[in-house]
Amino acid sequence: MRDVISGVPGVLEAHNLRIARNGKAILEVPYLCLNGPGPTLILGPNGAGKSLLLRCLHGLISPDQGEVCQDGQPLSTGHKARQAMVFQSPVLLRRSVAANLDFVLRRQSIPRAQRKWRIAELLAEGGLEGKARQAARSLSGGEAQRLAILRALALDPGTLFLDEPTSALDPSATQKIEQMVLRASERGVRIVMVTHDIGQARRLAADIVMMQTGHVVEHGLARQVLDAPQSADSRRYLAGGLVT
Amino acid sequence: MIRNLIRSSLVALGLAVPAAAEEAYIVVQSTTSTQNSGLLDHILPGFEAETGVDVRVVAVGTGQAIRNAINGDGDVLLVHSKPAEEQFVADGWGVERFDVMYNDFVLVGPKADPAGVKGEVDIIVALSAIANSEAPFASRGDDSGTHKAEMRHWKAAGIDPTSASGRWYRETGSGMGATLNVASGMGAYVLTDRATWLSFGNRGDLEILVEGDPRLFNQYGVILVNPEKHPGVRATAGQRFIDWLIGPDGQAAIDSYQLDGQQLFFPNAR
Amino acid sequence: MQNFASEFNIALSLIFRGDAELWAIVLLSLRVSIFAVLISALIGMPVGAALAVARFPGRRVVIILMNALMGLPPVVVGLLVYLMLSRSGPLGVLELLYTPTAMIIAQVVLVTPIIAALTRQVVETLAEEYSEQLRSLGVSRLASVPVLLWDARLALVTALLAGFGRAIAEVGAVIIVGGNINHVTRVMTTTIALETSKGNLALALALGAILVGIAVAVNALVSALTLRAEREGLRHA
Repeated sequence: MRDVISGVPGVLEAHNLRIARNGKAILEVPYLCLNGPGPTLILGPNGAGKSLLLRCLHGLISPDQGEVCQDGQPLSTGHKARQAMVFQSPVLLRRSVAANLDFVLRRQSIPRAQRKWRIAELLAEGGLEGKARQAARSLSGGEAQRLAILRALALDPGTLFLDEPTSALDPSATQKIEQMVLRASERGVRIVMVTHDIGQARRLAADIVMMQTGHVVEHGLARQVLDAPQSADSRRYLAGGLVT
Repeated sequence: MIRNLIRSSLVALGLAVPAAAEEAYIVVQSTTSTQNSGLLDHILPGFEAETGVDVRVVAVGTGQAIRNAINGDGDVLLVHSKPAEEQFVADGWGVERFDVMYNDFVLVGPKADPAGVKGEVDIIVALSAIANSEAPFASRGDDSGTHKAEMRHWKAAGIDPTSASGRWYRETGSGMGATLNVASGMGAYVLTDRATWLSFGNRGDLEILVEGDPRLFNQYGVILVNPEKHPGVRATAGQRFIDWLIGPDGQAAIDSYQLDGQQLFFPNAR
Repeated sequence: MQNFASEFNIALSLIFRGDAELWAIVLLSLRVSIFAVLISALIGMPVGAALAVARFPGRRVVIILMNALMGLPPVVVGLLVYLMLSRSGPLGVLELLYTPTAMIIAQVVLVTPIIAALTRQVVETLAEEYSEQLRSLGVSRLASVPVLLWDARLALVTALLAGFGRAIAEVGAVIIVGGNINHVTRVMTTTIALETSKGNLALALALGAILVGIAVAVNALVSALTLRAEREGLRHA
């Protein structure tokens, strides 16, 4: 894409994160460091705190305690501008496909001529050429999620968070999304993605964060976590996905 | 400067009338009787053609017309309650009062005439009979010229109808037309000026029962609002209208107005 | 009572024969009310949207007040505007009393709370859906106002229509500040009031029917536009 920075994305760290509701901790992460070059996938059962962790790392939720650091510096507005997030169900603006992208580009004060060119480039990346003038809300589920990813990429992010982006999609739509994610990762975007799908984790992940009841129970290279899980929780989850 | 800017932008939007051409129009605070009877529509075009001054009539009750004029929201007052008009001038709100014309009040009521007043020539006797029979009576109750006249007659009869308010005495608090609609709907007696009655379209079962008592004489007066109190008053054009109205042309125009073959207003400027 | 059918025919033929006087009254009604609704939208929509996204102490109170203002009696509004515009009032020098502008001002006072309150409801619902996404894109609460307004545009048309309905049907305020002056400030509703006071009930009813017809026509037009936009998929999911 525009600034082709192949190589290692920045380092994202969480220190002493704690979020409590009604006096009970629902997220407690003493330390987490994402510094590998490939996609990080967060795995775990429902209610494990995956989405919560993702939102904390993105700065959408402020933790009760602790902080998130980008390259050693506490997360600032400047850092957040270099992050983007794709949600489980895409929230597209009620405008055309192109206007959804233009909205993000215009906010970065990119000149009009350049925006036009960028939009064409992005649409090609997401396989949405020819749909520029179509209303975003009339896209199919897979197309809509691709557009949401393109809109996130239009921010030219250093880190891209994805919260179960394929959970409602069929295998073919899922595959297209996964290819987009991998291409972004190869361009140097740090990918942090929540999933339920162990197969997806196997296909995409360089490293895996395994969560259980608000805690990170294991963080390691994908093959290691998937094939030789160290914690009992991970083993149970990978065995049947059923952890109580 | 700012005022001119606001005005010119409003003019440009077609929302205000330019203040140009010195006093292109005047606002006359008047009563519903002069408008609803069609008199003003009959006489004003003559004045407007002669002078080029547009006459804008706000038709409300005499009481409200006088209050609006006291606020300065009008250049000329054309109403019918001589005592109130004289007070208006005495208080300095008006320059001078002139007689213009008169018509008369009539007592109308249901054909069945439960109080038996038909043909009575004395309005005081008629009102007493209505009060005694407790037959429904609709009153303006709005401090208008007609209402003031009605109250004078009740007083002369030694009756306080407001003590029966809500029973047989119904105060509408509305204009003459609305009150006639009420009287028509409930078969009530009502005191009205003849002009409004003649031009009223919803008479139903009502008819004139009492007329001709000299006390039912209804005098109209015209007054220029005092420009010393309200500098915005268009005194030149306003005075011109008054001069015309009480002059030969205006008086002749009033004299010539007829509705259904009946003369409604009788010019009597001196 | 007179024959309603024949009076209605008279009123209709006045309209369709292009009776200049009646048309002037209809056009003035439309001009005043459309203008008032546009101004009210310019004020009420940003205010309503800002109220939907802003969080400050006393916000609930402001919302309750605004909802209450939706029910302002037109006569009270007319009286307030009259007192402001009267020659003895603070804005008397502008000489706006008994002009169409005065009527627009009164209608703006009546309509703005309606548009603001309806806008708040619509935008608040949309803001819930958009909140995380917009924050993720780095859009501040204040900057989200135009985004939300634009994306709620189809629902906001309904707010505009509600405002227009109130404006065009209102008589109490415009008769006080406009004075119902023939050829200057006489609109449909004040004409209806005048004809009623003249006892011409059938003609007044016929004019009322025409007023309803205009309201139906405007609503049908907007509904058609909305339907088209809906087909193009621009509507709320």
